[in-house]
Amino acid sequence: MPEFLLDGRSVPFEPGQTVMEAAIAAGIYIPHLCWHPAFEPHGSCKLCTVDIDGRPASACTRPAEAGMQVTSGSEALRRLRLRLTQMLFVEGNHFCPSCEKSGDCELQAMGYYLGMTDNHYPHFYPRRELDASHPDILLDRDRCIFCELCVRASRKEGKSVFALAGRGPQTRLVINSPSGRLGDSELDAGDEAAGICPVGAIVRRNTAYRVPIGQRRYDLAGIDEESLARERPLLGRADGPTED
Amino acid sequence: MTEQRYRHLEQASGKTGLRRVAIDPLTRVEGHGKVTLLLDEENRVQQARLHIVEFRGFEKFIQGRPYWEVPVLVQRLCGICPVSHLLAGAKAIDDLMGATGIPPTAEKLRRLLHYGQVLQSHALHFFHLASPDLLFGPESQPALRNVMAELEGERSREIALMGIRLRRFGQEVIRHIIGKRIHGTGPLPGGMNRHLDREAGRELQEELPQVLAWAGQGVDLARRLILADPGEHRRFATVPSLFLALTGPNGAHELYDGLLRVRDEKGGLLYDGLEPRRYREYLREQVKRWSYMKFPYLSHLGPELGWYRVGPLARLNVCDHFGTEQAERQRRRFFELMGPPPVQATLAYHWARMIEILHCAERIEELLRDEDLYRGELLCETSRGEEGVGVIEAPRGVLIHHYRVDEQGLVTGANLIVSTTHNNTAMNESLRQVAAEYLDGREFDELLLNRIEMAIRAYDPCLSCATHAIGKMPLELVLEAPDGSERGRLLRHADGTVVQG
Repeated sequence: MPEFLLDGRSVPFEPGQTVMEAAIAAGIYIPHLCWHPAFEPHGSCKLCTVDIDGRPASACTRPAEAGMQVTSGSEALRRLRLRLTQMLFVEGNHFCPSCEKSGDCELQAMGYYLGMTDNHYPHFYPRRELDASHPDILLDRDRCIFCELCVRASRKEGKSVFALAGRGPQTRLVINSPSGRLGDSELDAGDEAAGICPVGAIVRRNTAYRVPIGQRRYDLAGIDEESLARERPLLGRADGPTED
Repeated sequence: MTEQRYRHLEQASGKTGLRRVAIDPLTRVEGHGKVTLLLDEENRVQQARLHIVEFRGFEKFIQGRPYWEVPVLVQRLCGICPVSHLLAGAKAIDDLMGATGIPPTAEKLRRLLHYGQVLQSHALHFFHLASPDLLFGPESQPALRNVMAELEGERSREIALMGIRLRRFGQEVIRHIIGKRIHGTGPLPGGMNRHLDREAGRELQEELPQVLAWAGQGVDLARRLILADPGEHRRFATVPSLFLALTGPNGAHELYDGLLRVRDEKGGLLYDGLEPRRYREYLREQVKRWSYMKFPYLSHLGPELGWYRVGPLARLNVCDHFGTEQAERQRRRFFELMGPPPVQATLAYHWARMIEILHCAERIEELLRDEDLYRGELLCETSRGEEGVGVIEAPRGVLIHHYRVDEQGLVTGANLIVSTTHNNTAMNESLRQVAAEYLDGREFDELLLNRIEMAIRAYDPCLSCATHAIGKMPLELVLEAPDGSERGRLLRHADGTVVQG
């Protein structure tokens, strides 16, 4: 099996695997938010930026090649990822103190993992619309990080309920329904798209704060450990490219 | 019913030539406030006011959020007694969700949480904030009047440590139920999210004999300090008033849930069995131009006569008995030594507070032996309505949360009447009493001004919790010449209209 070097370790890979897939399969965590083993990579959050033979690249989209030298665990990359995470925080309105996703949120867990202690950048305080029209699901756009996991999941389910519209600071999550409201869309509480949001943008009603502090996902393990345990068994489930 | 005897000091007749003295910030209280005094050339007090200088806005920014976030969000009002807001918010959401019968397990967990909370908050106030005045005397050196100096003093060290340890115990009770000492999660619409862990229950039980002993010593200490100078301590900052508090069945002392009672100045019951969720039928709030804090009053008596006091002293004055043995014994002794209810002495708040610490410790002991805490249903059925009111006795007194939601469950309106707000008129009246009786005509110095702070401190105000006048606060802008004469005035009324005065 061909191999490449990741932070000095030999990582074997199947031809066609990305650097991310090979690393996760080998039990090595590379930070990421928009990547999910069940979907085609999106390459938008840039948290998985690694150094490959002296050049930055997204581990989730870059196919592995024999002999490449990959660096992921350097201090420079930690700082880069920290800044990216801080940008995600200031671009939205993330109020962890009262957010029901706190302790179960990948963005928050990433902040902890990278040693984030402030926002660094000034807040945008964007005005985004909350959609509570669905009887079972709440869409809080303030918390959206535009990872498009819901878009990809819904597309895979054949419903295509979500999409991103607008550009730059005007980017927003829009709903495929006559009124543009979630309540008029085809989304069901049981859909994968309703449960895949890594942050608190799409949440199911009647689930908030049910899990006591101390027993929440990231109370029990850091995002690196939790991610490997959850995502490693799902590798290889991505079926077919999305139409981005 | 009860006139404000020092009301004339709220507003000086004219400001020309008056000297302004400000105590800014108020020290050893929670939140930020200041006192201003206006004095004439002979140092006679012409005006004395307690100002709340913070602006919070929770009532506004909760709007548009889903109802289930409310308790967790509003507890951020405070870092001293967040549990009070968590529970008042949770009770309001229960009411909103038609959760009339939350399971006994959930109610007992909430009560345990609340007793831990009242215990720690009272310990913080008495030992960390108020006791230096009483231990070292109001005219002691400012550098001594703090808990750090107490820790260094040979005789006061044990007292300070006792306070710190009592508070720690209360905080641990909280942590075991909501996961964190400050700002945890636990209450859900219709119940709670977990049982008490048996091991945690055992740990707490092991500490209780010592906690009860400390609590008993705390009551003795407060009694000794107040009775050390009984005449003076009865008179200081004392303003005869009505008292408002929740009571349980048969007039029992109550902290979590009950009906409201008002005791009048003569000891009679002006109201009994008032349904808290109908508070708007008998309570109103007045706004004044010079404060972010509103002034509640009993509507049928009006703002001048319908003001009242809440908090530990009110609860003792209003209830007929404590449901626990040691606290009841101390309650009887309190009234034997201070006279029949209502005791009006403002400094007696401290004594009442310590009796409540003892009561909470007894209740915690009782509850920890209750099997319901460790098993049983945690949630009841709910169905969504449009409006909910939750009322509890926070450490500082009656706390009212009121929310309205739309058909999607988003908050459209919120009204919070916080304990400290209820005491607004009383605190102003107490500080005016001290200004008139102790300061009037005397040379001012820091030591004398500390007496003003002591008057306010007795109420244990949480000023950061109490500033909720958003959208309603009238403002007054006065342009004064260097000699103090007024050159112009701009008024914004409570309805938002702006006029030149």
